[in-house]
Amino acid sequence: MQKQNGTELKNKAKQLLQNKTVDRVAGFCAGEFAYDPSPCVFYSAEEIEENMIYDCFCSPNFSKFLVKETKKPGRIAVFMKPCDTYSLNQLITEHKIDKDKIYIAGIGCDGMVDVFKLRNKTGSAILKASCDNGALTVKTPDGDMTFAFDEVLAERCLVCKSKKHVYYDELLCEPSFETDTGRFDKVEQIEKMSADARYEFFRSELSKCIRCNACRDACPACTCETCVFGESSSGAESRENANEFEEKLFHIIRAYHVAGRCTDCGECSRVCPQRIPLHLLNRKFILDINRFYGVYQAGETVGQIPPLTDKNESDPEV
Amino acid sequence: MQLNGYKPKIVAFCCNWCSYAGADLAGSSRFTYPDNVKIIRVPCSCRVDPVFILRAFGGGADGVMICGCHPGDCHYTSGNYHTRRRMKLLFSMLDYLGIEKERMKLIWISASEGEKFASAATDFMNTVARLGENRRLGDLRCKSKTEQN
Repeated sequence: MQKQNGTELKNKAKQLLQNKTVDRVAGFCAGEFAYDPSPCVFYSAEEIEENMIYDCFCSPNFSKFLVKETKKPGRIAVFMKPCDTYSLNQLITEHKIDKDKIYIAGIGCDGMVDVFKLRNKTGSAILKASCDNGALTVKTPDGDMTFAFDEVLAERCLVCKSKKHVYYDELLCEPSFETDTGRFDKVEQIEKMSADARYEFFRSELSKCIRCNACRDACPACTCETCVFGESSSGAESRENANEFEEKLFHIIRAYHVAGRCTDCGECSRVCPQRIPLHLLNRKFILDINRFYGVYQAGETVGQIPPLTDKNESDPEV
Repeated sequence: MQLNGYKPKIVAFCCNWCSYAGADLAGSSRFTYPDNVKIIRVPCSCRVDPVFILRAFGGGADGVMICGCHPGDCHYTSGNYHTRRRMKLLFSMLDYLGIEKERMKLIWISASEGEKFASAATDFMNTVARLGENRRLGDLRCKSKTEQN
């Protein structure tokens, strides 16, 4: 259940365009199905009135999209959930986004729905979905179904790292400082398993990979213009994984390249069409960094030095 | 050197300024180290990208060692401190994925430590030989037909 509804956001967006604070607004318009709103950019109040929506399925993180969007002339307004602002801060730190070209309106968030979970539960087509009062009502050909919000919430939202906006120009909700510490539980549980069990677990998970590169494309930390996975000399160029080794190579390197900069936004796992829990790799790096080099949350403030760029003479030996 | 007829393949990435010279000294001082340690010279241990290590395993290596200058002695001032952080995270990740972390080693060897190079290479070789063939992070296509079976 989101704290701001579509109408509030629409009015805010129209107001920002009308008083010329911004030239365009990024938001969501209805997609093909009830559960897949598409990100789009609005240039006029009429477009906003007609097409803009906001509901508990609007989970994409807009930070990465701003990298290209801020290269265009004019200022853009974006509505951001708390977790999105961490990624944004990280990108500002890396000089990928020009602060003057964005206007961030912070919106409250109580978590977003995991579409895969929902589809598994309904077992049939979803014609319409609406969320209010902590429950999700879905209209299917077999009749209406209602789910408690906790049942269908995305994994990353169940262990939400923070409800605090770390960057905003305006806050549309009450400031919140709630944080959760349970997000490393699963990683710690895997660490306790035997090496053989860990190997089997990851082998079965990673073998599902179809190498669609969605995890890389959606990741707000993956912003290199030339990617190692696009280079034929890397031995890991864009193509299907030929064998188990390449599956591991791809996933280890994907997670490694964002280590220290990953804000744990969970986009990689959200976009994975094969439902591979990719966040478990990223969280392992975050947990290790916290253990070895002190607690570090990427994107918390602008200008932090990422742990893998930093060094210390007293670092633990390998 | 063999253990029950099995001879592991070891790749050693050596920093040009310290460890490579250390390996050279091992040779000129007539210290013996296993002939299945293949040395790759790099400008600094920090040049070793995690992809190199994974690809060495993929290409059939059973163990990979990275040799650099002692902390504080880096020719480029701080390269080895970065290597230390990177390798610590990479090795920990491979261990998390169930791949034996004994197959990887980061070791500091200076240009005057020929004997240390020879003994470190021998020790590492023995450790890897005990672990046996690298099956968890290998590319089967790189193995010969008999090895695959």
